Amino acid sequence: MKIMVNGNGLEVREDVKHIKGLIDFLELEDKPLIIEHNQQILQKEEHEKAILENGDKVEIVHFVGGG
Amino acid sequence: MLETNRYHRQILFAPIGENGQEKLNQSHVLIVGAGALGSSSAEALARAGVGHLTLIDRDYVEESNLQRQQLFSEKDMKQKTPKAIAAKQRLSEVNSHVRIDAIVGDAEIDLLRQIAPEADLIIDATDNFDTRLLLNDIAQKYQKPWIYGAVVASYGVTFTVLPDKTPCLQCLQEYIPANGATCDSVGIIQPVVQRVVSQQVTEALKLLTGNEAALSGRLISFDLWKNEHTEIEVDALRKADCPSCSEKRSYPNLAYDSRLKSAVLCGRNTVQLRPQRKQTDLDEVAKELQKNKQIKLFQNPYLLSFEVDSFRIVLFQDGRALVHGTMDQLEAKNVYHRYLG
Ligand SMILES: [Zn+2]
Repeated sequence: MKIMVNGNGLEVREDVKHIKGLIDFLELEDKPLIIEHNQQILQKEEHEKAILENGDKVEIVHFVGGG
Repeated sequence: MLETNRYHRQILFAPIGENGQEKLNQSHVLIVGAGALGSSSAEALARAGVGHLTLIDRDYVEESNLQRQQLFSEKDMKQKTPKAIAAKQRLSEVNSHVRIDAIVGDAEIDLLRQIAPEADLIIDATDNFDTRLLLNDIAQKYQKPWIYGAVVASYGVTFTVLPDKTPCLQCLQEYIPANGATCDSVGIIQPVVQRVVSQQVTEALKLLTGNEAALSGRLISFDLWKNEHTEIEVDALRKADCPSCSEKRSYPNLAYDSRLKSAVLCGRNTVQLRPQRKQTDLDEVAKELQKNKQIKLFQNPYLLSFEVDSFRIVLFQDGRALVHGTMDQLEAKNVYHRYLG
């Protein structure tokens, strides 16, 4: 399955079924993330319910502190 | 009077024009932090003709700053000039018509309470979320916009917080990294600073010239090395019961007991201590320290620096001390008390 993550195409394994799976796939599970899935902002508890389909658009932002 | 030739290209830019230029001239911007982001923002705003800038910074110039902190020179580094002072000196050369207030110290509650009501907006150029949360609540209290910006490695993120319009930082609190670990163990490249600042300063120009409709309204992040650019509409994350921006607000970040007496500085192997006493007579302290022949002293009008054992201690006029060579707050306190009583 191919999806768009932060504007770039990304080929993900078949077992990546939802946003939570994508976070694990990208090894981002330790960070608090603000995620938009097809222009819908998700609360954390929705990550497992947000099913991924071919061509989906996902935007992921995390806060950093440096200045 | 406006020097129209100086700002000619900016006045030609239609959304600003002569009116906008006059508004900039009448504006006061508070920039909190004069490191990488603060240097760059301050220079851009001074060149743009913002009439009054206030800079707050607690640190002094060191060699490793020169790679990305554009207002500072090797001379500042050799003289250990406080960043706010060095920034003011350089900015006055860049644009002598701008009033620049330089404050060497922490951006703490009492200080912000004095300055914020008179500022038109606040630019965040700090390196920690404790200060940002404080700025957030101050900005909500006095109904001022503030522009979050942060950088690490080749990644940057920015968001303009508007009172009563957008979510505030407290609304987004669950997304703040717990330990601030994003700090700088992974380094930083300079262009990412410019990228965040270009966004922050453009938003500031829009706000100051009455072009609110042109504001981005989005949380923006990018990674220059990975060629990523992301924008998210975060209005949905505004919390109806936010303790900082809702009707039920209590400004938790302005509670005095949340103030830190000591803090580990971001990725610096340094602890800052802020003892009870305030003003310090540096000459007096220097005289005392000179009795110990082991101690190598350096002094300028703003600070006193000395090396002892494996530590370097820098004492400022406002009583703060930076203890370099440790990240252990208890060890830092011990060293402090051994040499400074
Ligand atoms: Zn809020």
